[in-house]
Amino acid sequence: MSALSVSATFAAAEFQTPSIEYSKLMPMLIVFGVALVGVLIEAFMGRTGRHQVQLILSIAGLVAAFVSVTMLAGDNQIAAVGAVAVDGPALFLQGTILLLAIPGVLTMAERSLDRGGVFTSAGSSTPGSEHERVLTATGVTQTEVFPLTMFAVGGMLLFPAANDLLTMFVALEVLSLPLYLLCGLARRRRLLSQEASLKYFLLGAFSSAFFLYGIALLYGYSGTVRLSGIAEAVSSNSGSDTLLMTGTALLAVGLLFKVGAAPFHSWTPDVYQGAPTPITGFMAACTKVAAFGALLRVLYVGLGGLAWQWEPVMWGVAILTMVVGSVVALTQTDVKRMLAYSSIAHAGFILTGLVATDTVDPDTGAVLGVSSVLFYLLAYGFITIGAFAVVTLVRDAGGEATHLSQWAGLARRSPLVAAVFTLFLAAFAGIPLTSGFTGKFAVFSAAIAGDAAPLVVIGVVMSAVAAFFYFRVVVLMFFNAPAPDGPAVAVPSPLTTVAITLSVAVTVLLGVWPTQVLDLADRASQFVR
Amino acid sequence: MNPMNYVYLSALLFSIGAAGVLLRRNAIVVFMCVELMLNATNLAFVAFARMQGNLDGQVIAFFVMVVAAAEVVIGLAIIVTIFRTRRSASVDSANLLKY
Repeated sequence: MSALSVSATFAAAEFQTPSIEYSKLMPMLIVFGVALVGVLIEAFMGRTGRHQVQLILSIAGLVAAFVSVTMLAGDNQIAAVGAVAVDGPALFLQGTILLLAIPGVLTMAERSLDRGGVFTSAGSSTPGSEHERVLTATGVTQTEVFPLTMFAVGGMLLFPAANDLLTMFVALEVLSLPLYLLCGLARRRRLLSQEASLKYFLLGAFSSAFFLYGIALLYGYSGTVRLSGIAEAVSSNSGSDTLLMTGTALLAVGLLFKVGAAPFHSWTPDVYQGAPTPITGFMAACTKVAAFGALLRVLYVGLGGLAWQWEPVMWGVAILTMVVGSVVALTQTDVKRMLAYSSIAHAGFILTGLVATDTVDPDTGAVLGVSSVLFYLLAYGFITIGAFAVVTLVRDAGGEATHLSQWAGLARRSPLVAAVFTLFLAAFAGIPLTSGFTGKFAVFSAAIAGDAAPLVVIGVVMSAVAAFFYFRVVVLMFFNAPAPDGPAVAVPSPLTTVAITLSVAVTVLLGVWPTQVLDLADRASQFVR
Repeated sequence: MNPMNYVYLSALLFSIGAAGVLLRRNAIVVFMCVELMLNATNLAFVAFARMQGNLDGQVIAFFVMVVAAAEVVIGLAIIVTIFRTRRSASVDSANLLKY
């Protein structure tokens, strides 16, 4: 096409104001609005009381956004001129992210465990410098974490709802950029924290470049970045297969990096260990929920016609992820690192549900691949937030005591905390009457319905391997003698207590009485196309 | 001239950037290589926009520039903090977290 005719086409098209359905985008608008107000508070409010105001504002914003998600429930339409899908999976995942962000923010706001809180007084001060010492003595803390978290939550809400790949890319960056910064703001062990931040940033930027090039190739293939447009081009088989296959592969690299699936998992243990623990919990739970939502939408809505091609690859990735996560976790000596590898293994378990593709349950009409993953993400998110919140409580003079040997005999010091952590580990392992069991049952039965029985066999074997290292910690806590100079269990303020209690309640509730939520996930399993 | 050649050029630039990320040792240079990858993507978007005869690709290129600028802000902040702590921006010296 010549340049002249191109410009003629553009001139001919009348400019029309796009119609934006603001009411359908309410959850995201509320969260971004609160984030912006938070920035203004940082700029104009005095230091005293800022922490409290930011905390109340953030929690209120999250609750309000959750209420607006529940008000949208049942909607099934595409909003904002095709950029955002407001459908079952998007709303379910948005609700999940908002619910998880509430305990996440509560643990971040904890200030009674460490003087001044979890975060450094100033991220810009050099560790060990006079400047840092003076700031620490004043006991101030960096309250920018609240608006940063809200921006990240906003990006996470948009990520699984994005209906075109450009929106998805912008959402990916909006959720990632604040997280890179948050990882580097720990008060204790700042070198580790900064290193985690650097590694996460460089690898994250690297992977999002792949994601973007994948978008470019798919755009070259189909002439649009709209998922429905790509699906149309795939079904009519127009365009070059090279572009389609390469584009799909590069896109998958970016998304699998975010969910922490092998072989793109190497950042996970380093970042989870180095980041401030409340951030690790928030990131481990919410990022995974958002990224799996986006992966589901891309694979099912945009590339559903290509399932024959991507299914075998996802099989391979799922198997590798489960094996790497479970086996390498066996050798870990640090609690946070062990939980990181366990989160990799869980990404593998979730992927087994995803390969069930469009298999529909004949009784309920639910798309099994979607509904099982939705439920698993909710269950997994609360276990993770709770487990990392417990990690913040076990402390010695140097801050958190995360080496496993320091956890020996913890039950003698605090039976309650040891029992709560045991509950979370049992849920990770998938013991019946916990939410982990229901979730695993859902994804494995979806995989069987989708003719992926070999995958389920590997999944069950790897669950057994994983159960070994979870119960090694339980044995360590209950049946070993505590070291005389071992860590103590700190008594937190109501903030962390509420977060842990909420996680325990959800974990038990979804294990004992999951029907309501399973039904909700079933009903929410239809993507709008 | 066949616009497909620009796509080949962008693939070449993208590969140079990716190789740079994997091979170079200075965090700043690694980061510049990531930016090269993003700009290679822009070239691909614009070339494809010409081939497909619609404006989407060109608009996307603007979005990518804005996102890349935001990424620079975050990235330089992190790298400068690390440099002030360690007096080095080498990615090899950041090696406390392993195994």
